[in-house]
Amino acid sequence: MEIKVGMADMNVCSSPDSIITLGLGSCVGVILYDPVSKHSGMVHVMLPDSTVISNNSNVAKFADTGIEELLKRVIALGADRDKLIAKIAGGAQMFSLGGAKSAIKVGERNVEAVKKKLQELGIRLVAEDTGGNCGRTVTFFPETGDYLIKTIGKEPVTI
Amino acid sequence: MSDLSLERISTDYFDVLKELGNIGAGNATTALASMLQCKIDMKVPQVRMLEFRELGALLGGEETELCAAYLGVEGDITGSIMFLVKKEIGLHLVKKLMGDMAGDDFGEMEMSAFKEISNIITGSYLNALSSMTNLCIYPTVPSLSIDMAGAILSVPAVEFGIIGDKILLIQSQISDEVDIDGFFIMVPDMESYERILTSLGIQV
Repeated sequence: MEIKVGMADMNVCSSPDSIITLGLGSCVGVILYDPVSKHSGMVHVMLPDSTVISNNSNVAKFADTGIEELLKRVIALGADRDKLIAKIAGGAQMFSLGGAKSAIKVGERNVEAVKKKLQELGIRLVAEDTGGNCGRTVTFFPETGDYLIKTIGKEPVTI
Repeated sequence: MSDLSLERISTDYFDVLKELGNIGAGNATTALASMLQCKIDMKVPQVRMLEFRELGALLGGEETELCAAYLGVEGDITGSIMFLVKKEIGLHLVKKLMGDMAGDDFGEMEMSAFKEISNIITGSYLNALSSMTNLCIYPTVPSLSIDMAGAILSVPAVEFGIIGDKILLIQSQISDEVDIDGFFIMVPDMESYERILTSLGIQV
């Protein structure tokens, strides 16, 4: 079965299922994965920081609260906290405006915030495919630990 | 005034936003028709408030290829505006403009032509808004992206994400010999919403 994760959304997934999010732009698809129990989860992070925004009820929307909540959920599913590793993809800059508006650079900031949070939680980041200026459709397979990244007009890559 | 949320705006002032959308799209259609020198019909635009989750499924799914032009808005109100069409529609418009010179896919010339079309459309849209509200509104130079719907729509979603969990979308349907579904996403910041409504004589 393929489990779908929407924008500012999260879900967990165990082998043999796979988990997918379609059309990541400036958002980041963060995978937490326990390679032994083959339990995993994905959060589709949209913004870097929940503390600077008043409307922050949806925890999956932010890098800080999203990864924390995902961690709880994969542990509840049976993943071993100490074995967890992370893979991330996304954080593209879809448009380049001369004015360098903050919302435009959000991809970059999302990636930074995700890395900072992972470090804080002591979760090792083993692979990433971030930045650039194209959309990505990403699928994670807990069975193999493969994170498949598809972009328009290019060959898919696995990290 | 400060408790004005996007949700409240959408329920209380839906008709106003719809009318703005209607007039803006009308203006844009006229501009497009005179640019392409053809007859273009327009249906009543739809104004919708959508959850982020629903956003991707619109326009045929998250992986549908879209042409999008994204412009900043400056002056009395601030924010941004995005004009979106499906890739094949974008190409259709470009072919209308360029005639035989247009290729079958987006190259540099075609991108530039699409940028110009977007400029005219969004410019006339903002003109309508400006003359209705008596506010000075200027667009910045457009930036173009041709990519998956999900990835493109994440950009305005992020901007809306700062103020809420929903996105405001104006869909205008126009047609020449084919149906052209054009979408506008207008993202004024919250103060600008207030300013737009106030200048239309609405107490907020």
